Amino acid sequence: MNSSGGKGSMSTASSSAAWKAVDSVPDQFPAGLRVLVVDDDPTCLIILEKMLRTCSYEVTKCNRAETALAILRENKNGFDIVISDVHMPDMDGFKLLEHIGLEMDLPVIMMSADDGKHVVMKGVTHGACDYLIKPVRMEALKNIWQHVIRKRKNGWKELEQSGSVEEGDRQQKQSEDAEYSSSANEGNWKSSKKRKDDDDETEDRDDTSTLKKPRVVWSVELHQQFVAAVNQLGIDKAVPKKILELMNVPGLTRENVASHLQKYRLYLRRLSGVSPHANNLNNSFMNPQDETFGPLSSVNGLDLQALAAGGQLPAQCLATLQAAALGRSNAKSSIPMPLVDQRNIFSFENPKLRFGEGQQQLMNNNKQVNLLHGIPTTMEPKQLTTSQSIGNINMQVASHGVQSSQNNSSLINMQVAPHGVQSSQNNSALMQMGQPQFAHAPRLPLSLGQPIISNGVAANVSTQNGIRENIRAPGYNPVPQTSSMLNFPMNHASELPGNSFPLGSTPGMSGCISKGTFQEDFNSEIKGSVGFMPSYDIFNDLNQHKPQSWELQNVGMTFDDSRHSNSLQGNLDLSQSVLVQQGFSSGQMSGQNRNAALVSKAMLSAGDSTEPGNPLNASQHLNSLPVDNTIRVKTESVADVTDNLFIDHFGQEDLMSALLKQHQGIAPAENEFDFDGYSLDNIQQDQINGIIRTDE
Amino acid sequence: MERNPLRRQLQIMRKSLFDQGYLDEQFVQLEELQDESNPNFVEEVVTLYYRDSARLILNIEQALERKPYNFHKLDAYMHQFKGSSSSIGAKKVKAESTLFREYCKSGNGEGCMRCFQQLKKEYTTLRKKLEAYFQVARQAGPMETACRPK
Repeated sequence: MNSSGGKGSMSTASSSAAWKAVDSVPDQFPAGLRVLVVDDDPTCLIILEKMLRTCSYEVTKCNRAETALAILRENKNGFDIVISDVHMPDMDGFKLLEHIGLEMDLPVIMMSADDGKHVVMKGVTHGACDYLIKPVRMEALKNIWQHVIRKRKNGWKELEQSGSVEEGDRQQKQSEDAEYSSSANEGNWKSSKKRKDDDDETEDRDDTSTLKKPRVVWSVELHQQFVAAVNQLGIDKAVPKKILELMNVPGLTRENVASHLQKYRLYLRRLSGVSPHANNLNNSFMNPQDETFGPLSSVNGLDLQALAAGGQLPAQCLATLQAAALGRSNAKSSIPMPLVDQRNIFSFENPKLRFGEGQQQLMNNNKQVNLLHGIPTTMEPKQLTTSQSIGNINMQVASHGVQSSQNNSSLINMQVAPHGVQSSQNNSALMQMGQPQFAHAPRLPLSLGQPIISNGVAANVSTQNGIRENIRAPGYNPVPQTSSMLNFPMNHASELPGNSFPLGSTPGMSGCISKGTFQEDFNSEIKGSVGFMPSYDIFNDLNQHKPQSWELQNVGMTFDDSRHSNSLQGNLDLSQSVLVQQGFSSGQMSGQNRNAALVSKAMLSAGDSTEPGNPLNASQHLNSLPVDNTIRVKTESVADVTDNLFIDHFGQEDLMSALLKQHQGIAPAENEFDFDGYSLDNIQQDQINGIIRTDE
Repeated sequence: MERNPLRRQLQIMRKSLFDQGYLDEQFVQLEELQDESNPNFVEEVVTLYYRDSARLILNIEQALERKPYNFHKLDAYMHQFKGSSSSIGAKKVKAESTLFREYCKSGNGEGCMRCFQQLKKEYTTLRKKLEAYFQVARQAGPMETACRPK
């Protein structure tokens, strides 16, 4: 801060800048700093209040986190800083911290008698601007105003940078000051980065202390737009500027977006913290827990958004997979959408997932390739690996042997096998795979009428849930269950050697997938069932592991309707298949089905939108297009499908094994899901094709 | 005239509380917060502490009656209690709280029980001493502000 260090100096400096916020801070800053202190211990609370008053701050105290939030929400710009205890009965202090950070963007100081390293670290990772050990001394409180200034200053800095460098700076500042409206600054953004230094000097805003940036309220809708934009861009490519452009919200500045993005990333990271680190990809979204983002992903109940956000599997991946799968569709085995990354999928799927689109994708064979190999990826490099893996997974799933496709071995975590296998690591892989893939071929045409999550999913299904039966069903036909058997368009037959993307083959898939998943021939037949088989497992695994948010459950449900009606099996747009999984929900997996449904929904949506963001729509879209979202679905469905196992850990091996098992078990009936003889093909194929076409 | 002896007595009492380790630096922080607008701030806070912590003591007691011990819960209660106690500068009580938590972490039920008994003793002793201290303080008059024991 440039301020001379004294309290008073800052205020004077500020006067020069037009920055002064409208509700300018009194000159005697930091006196008058408006503090909200939250602590369930009455003794500490009263002491803190007195200490803060002695520092000449304006203090409001409350003993419950809920009350604090209510107060803050009611009075958005009424406080400058919040001090909160860590251990509170009604809400964890860190959770409160998250809420405040996201909704109000205020600096928050955590306090606790606990001075253990991990707790302090938690404070850091959750975004606390400071951590005080109890008993708190007056000296510690005297300087808390620095956090307010710091935050403002950083905010301004961003503004500056974004603003134009040329003389616009000043103006910008003023305009910014006025209301952070980005419109004026937008133009400036481009140039400013470099100026940052220059600007900083000048603007340095001495008066940062007095600055009061108008706070942007991140409403649910706004946040949803934000998440959608992020998913669309891909979590690793999401830069504030682009997000802002995508969001196209007047009055929003790049700086607002940047700080929100930072928080969001933290949130995602936290979510995925639970997931296996093996793949690292998933870390981010593996644990969708967030309530904060709740509304966004409410669509399917799936925390698609979370998934999408965190997700490594961008819906696109799913889409891609699906597309790829579809592309091949006739081909043999559609790529079993790697259910693996259901989580990822979801994250990316973002509400925008539109299954409808996915379908189309499925039709595109080209995409398939993406799925498997290069799964597009919005995912970050690491994710890519997953994505690749997704492809791999698919492949693997489909073809028993994890396809070499990508190195992401993790992807294939599709371990068809028992859910357990997957354990987090796989999931991450899977998940990741899902995503990247989707990126490109966002929509794997899920043509499934019944989401035949053939690839892999089927496999899973059978193994996991009992879907086996389905798979076995000679007619893979649309999974009996609601079957959203999303037949992942494992069209890739060629590419995915069996990519049976483990699309979380929801149970539904079992029917359909049966074919696909069996890696072996996926390629050939993958028609619909592509790899679902394994996917089921994956999904199951994922589901299990999936950190909560996968509310795939909803996803699955939607699939039921999905058009797949049944022939999907053949083509299982992977995406669809994912959906299917959800479709499964219809019967088999109680929990899973739901997930599957959700997933499928997600997938569908994903498919449609090609953008990962529509997991929410998945349900609706499922019918239309599970395709590309298959991946998405996967994640979702996976979670649901099998109890969320899928997504989490699709261990390739597991998947494969699962698939194989299924394959073996069922195979007799249908062709071993080799997809070669995708039995479905006859009927289903047509259906699938038809479906796919219709979708498109 | 009267005040002097009272004040003198007050100072002696206060010093002894610190010297004997019943109170620590945090108590001084409280004293520094006391001013004309809040002439009995320290006493008010300590009263509040004893009232609120009694609930926690009771919870812990009840939890210690249920076997097997739920160490997690015991630890949580004690964590709260410790936070409270440390905020008024109750040094010995705080030390016993820390020890109790150690026993909880290592699952030593016996240790917990013994430690808790000791903790209650310290807790009660401190209360008595502080009550006496505040009584004198009120008589001595509000002018006196605590000065750091140096």
